[in-house]
Amino acid sequence: MMDAKPADVRGPQEPWRDPSAVPLIEIRDVVKTFGNFVAVDDVWLDIYPREFFALLGPSGCGKTTLLRMLAGFETPTSGSIRIDGVDMSAVPPYRRPVNMMFQSYALFPHMTVEQNISFGLKQEGMGRSEIADRVAAMLGLVELTDFARRKPHQLSGGQKQRVALARALVKRPKVLLLDEPLGALDRRLREQTQFELVNIQESLGITFIIVTHDQDEAMTVSTRIAIMDRGRTVQVGTPGEIYEYPNSLYVSQFIGEVNIFESRVVEAGKDHVTVFSPEADTTIFADRGLDAVPGQEVYAAIRPEKMSIAKTPPEDAGHNCISGTVFDIGYLGSISVYHVRLANGTKVKVTTANRHRFVERPITWDDPVWVWWPPAASVILLA
Amino acid sequence: MKPGFSAMTVSALTLGFAFLYIPILLLMIFSFNESRLVTVWGGFSFKWYGELFRNRLLLESIWVTLKIALTSATLALVLGTLAAITLVRFVRFRGRTLFSGMIFAPLVMPEVITGLSLLLLFVAVDWDRGFSTVVVAHTTFTTAYVAVVVQSRLLTFDEMLEEAAMDLGATPLRTFFVITLPVIAPALVSGWLLAFTLSLDDLVIASFTTGPGATTLPMRIYSQVRLGITPEINAISTILIAVVALGVITASLIQKRQFARRGGHG
Repeated sequence: MMDAKPADVRGPQEPWRDPSAVPLIEIRDVVKTFGNFVAVDDVWLDIYPREFFALLGPSGCGKTTLLRMLAGFETPTSGSIRIDGVDMSAVPPYRRPVNMMFQSYALFPHMTVEQNISFGLKQEGMGRSEIADRVAAMLGLVELTDFARRKPHQLSGGQKQRVALARALVKRPKVLLLDEPLGALDRRLREQTQFELVNIQESLGITFIIVTHDQDEAMTVSTRIAIMDRGRTVQVGTPGEIYEYPNSLYVSQFIGEVNIFESRVVEAGKDHVTVFSPEADTTIFADRGLDAVPGQEVYAAIRPEKMSIAKTPPEDAGHNCISGTVFDIGYLGSISVYHVRLANGTKVKVTTANRHRFVERPITWDDPVWVWWPPAASVILLA
Repeated sequence: MKPGFSAMTVSALTLGFAFLYIPILLLMIFSFNESRLVTVWGGFSFKWYGELFRNRLLLESIWVTLKIALTSATLALVLGTLAAITLVRFVRFRGRTLFSGMIFAPLVMPEVITGLSLLLLFVAVDWDRGFSTVVVAHTTFTTAYVAVVVQSRLLTFDEMLEEAAMDLGATPLRTFFVITLPVIAPALVSGWLLAFTLSLDDLVIASFTTGPGATTLPMRIYSQVRLGITPEINAISTILIAVVALGVITASLIQKRQFARRGGHG
């Protein structure tokens, strides 16, 4: 699943690594409070042209408020937002070079699909024939040409979603804001639509900012993700960076499955760190440096799919190797999840891809097993 | 579990409806009576409807009543809509509870009180009573009904629609006229119709606030009945019932259709 991500394919275009690149959106020290509640707390973000940027976090983390500030529906309590070099603080929503796709779609119920899509162009005072051309092209793009004269209440959920997308894109905004755009769709349709969104974004070259609480969705569509927690951005990076190198316990647990072992630093260097975990009853070695002193409390985080499991110990069993007993197996079709209990009671989760038939699985309940992982799989997080 | 049509429910229903509608039905039947005597059937005839259109006083009061109803319903629509928007959109302002209480008080205020207090006001400010004072009085009490109807529609109005319109480049004023008004239009129409029919058949408040040259139809009917009931009165009453029923049925149909449509797509 990880190696098929479009985000990795687009590797070479990474403007955030280029110091001379000019951001399209500059969010500077933005704070938004509602009464005593701090919805957005000191956010600083640069978003570059043609990015597909995701704001990811649990509900109430401030991601939607941040998006609404970009659209102009909320004003920052302090801080500033610049879009394409222009300070947005005095610009009302109807003069901003951004368009938004609403979670509830917010289609105008008294207008046909065609009228909904042409609404934005009419506000610009565009000529009738040009509007017709643009709307026809948009209808083609979202495959709704046959539904042009329908009213929103005559459409399915997926069709409404595509009308909302077309309506927001037809003005060719500099930035498209998407608020949980796929939340109302069922799982299969959502996965299919995620790839369509990416294709449309790449073909139009518009910067997309998506708000979502669905980590799979954020991983699938985005170039970079900002993980938010209680109004703050806790980590900003590519899906790969965030998954492989989470910078905190919160991020590692929010994205994907992870085994966490409380540990103490034995030795820390520029390119490696060794910790001992009483919980795992082993020495854990990581091949990335850490700014820590011996004896410091840290967490070792290891993804279940990066662990190996076997009934025999590996040849170089030393560090990064633990042994225990299988007490539960979860069969999910493509993968199996092994729950292993160590001698000291600690529980560890290991997943393996089912390349063979389940019935041929060599490991079963109550088998004594060894679990190990390479140094690159250990991530040491400061407590 | 729904109860079926047992003998008990059928007879209860029949008796109930009979109690409500037999007097009206009798009135309507006797409007087609050939005889001048109100209680004796003398054969079917449209005679009294013909008489009606030769009665200048009645025709005049019909015209006055229609003008008053049209003007006051339109004024009530504007004021009631503004009140409803204020109540729904500006959730927190000082004195909101007092304001909403005062908007809806005329709904339960006895008509005699409303009429009397308005009369005292008009006398106090030395406002010559006539067409304009009846319009003001009717606007006052029908505004409450419009506000109720429009408020209930606005409560379910998705404000995201307005945000979407502004996001697409429409100014707030334009958004109100192109998005908000068309979407709540059915509620406005039914509120207007309600105000119109209320004004049309009001007797008490009009009696208090009217003056020379502004005798409304219900007042004309009432004063004629005191001189003795003529089949002519039955005829004009039948027409009045038809107009009011049409208005009320249209208003409720519009609301029902709108409700079904909104329910249909969640």
